[in-house]
Amino acid sequence: MSGVRVLVGTRKGAFVLTSDGKRDKWEVSGPHFAGWEIYHLKGSPADPNRLYASQSSGWFGQVMQRSDDGGKTWEAMGNEFAYDGVPGTHMWYDGTPHPWEFKRVWHLEPSLTDPDTVYAGVEDAALFRSTDGGKRWQELSGLRGHGSGARWQPGAGGMCLHTILLDPKDPRRIFIAISAAGAFRTDDGGQTWRPVNRGLKSQGIPDPDAEVGHCVHRIAMHPSRPDVLFMQKHWDVMRSDDSGDSWHEVSGDLPTDFGFPIDVHAHEPETIYVVPITSDSHHFPPEGKLRVYRSRTGGNEWEPLSKGLPQKDCYVNVLRDAMAVDSLDPCGVYFGTTGGQVYASASAGDKWAPIVRDLPAVLSVEVQTLA
Amino acid sequence: MIRVVLPQHLRTLARVPEEVQLEVAPPATLRSVLDALEAGYPVLRGTIRGHGTQQRRPFVRFFACEQDLSHEPPDAPLPDAVAAGAEPFLVVGAMAGG
Repeated sequence: MSGVRVLVGTRKGAFVLTSDGKRDKWEVSGPHFAGWEIYHLKGSPADPNRLYASQSSGWFGQVMQRSDDGGKTWEAMGNEFAYDGVPGTHMWYDGTPHPWEFKRVWHLEPSLTDPDTVYAGVEDAALFRSTDGGKRWQELSGLRGHGSGARWQPGAGGMCLHTILLDPKDPRRIFIAISAAGAFRTDDGGQTWRPVNRGLKSQGIPDPDAEVGHCVHRIAMHPSRPDVLFMQKHWDVMRSDDSGDSWHEVSGDLPTDFGFPIDVHAHEPETIYVVPITSDSHHFPPEGKLRVYRSRTGGNEWEPLSKGLPQKDCYVNVLRDAMAVDSLDPCGVYFGTTGGQVYASASAGDKWAPIVRDLPAVLSVEVQTLA
Repeated sequence: MIRVVLPQHLRTLARVPEEVQLEVAPPATLRSVLDALEAGYPVLRGTIRGHGTQQRRPFVRFFACEQDLSHEPPDAPLPDAVAAGAEPFLVVGAMAGG
């Protein structure tokens, strides 16, 4: 019987939530790595029992964990992330040059075909890859070295590489996004990169349509149509129909177009989800009502999804990596909040129910659909 | 025999009890003790001092014999009582909330 495994990273550990295909009764295991920040954990599409987790601490730094049994047991892997060559500098908050310093792994993206290959997006922004199951990590330094790296500047949350999208139709094409540098694409397996931010407009930077400097919060694609990308920017929900070469706004009738996560329905490439957040200075839902918004038209026309979600006195946030979908039918949608709730919808967003209510602040949510 | 007491999170990570014992050739120093600790428990590499830089992580402290040794040079001899195994060498996570 089919089932789902929801992988939840929190401020104080990881949790694994499992259910059968009905998705109404759940088992909760955890906390794994109790007391540590788990920015992200994700399973290999090529081997669902192979999981990778980023474990970090302000005291003891970065640890990488791997499970080969679906999260029952874990083994610490290599945690050395050395920038390639002389790292150089990026721009600091005050505009001065600042040396590149590794701080943590924000996002892990396992290869679509090889369980031993996994990409890691790190702060200060760079992309690393392991091809031996996480023992050793090598930087794909063409990204930082493409020319604009010295002008990248951290957002308030740090200069993190938080999004990695692997093109299922072209193994040499990868999209990444950095706060606050923008989106970049490689077409040669990571050797060379170019910014793909044309069409983005950001009032918070000196040149609103600059080549780099945009605070991209998240990018999503449907695997059947990797040339079409959806982006939640600091402000604005954006869409590209040409692999990021150009973007246009599809915020449409959203109550606010600020937010963090964005995701695509597993079976409907034009159905997308966002969680509008009041503003960059008010990181909570408008009017204290937690609502997911769904567009069935690829943007512009949005409907609020609120059934089962708190509609008064709710002041949580939903972070950029904290939304995911399963591939069952109907599509399941999941998200976690900074208040420690993980909500699930087994009806593509029509109705919601909490799986858990009182976890530590949720940093990331991923879902595995199990055969 | 050098006795090293680890903080809770590093004990869990290394799957060891509160105190581990290490054979370290004299003279025992911060560097030689940490080298022996990381050799015996490779999972601790990078968690107490940085890879490459070998600098103590900012929120890690080293105590022994009621002294803060955190700022001692890495090759300075540790107190005799630590070298003799009479007193433990403590790796401590700095106090902080949250």
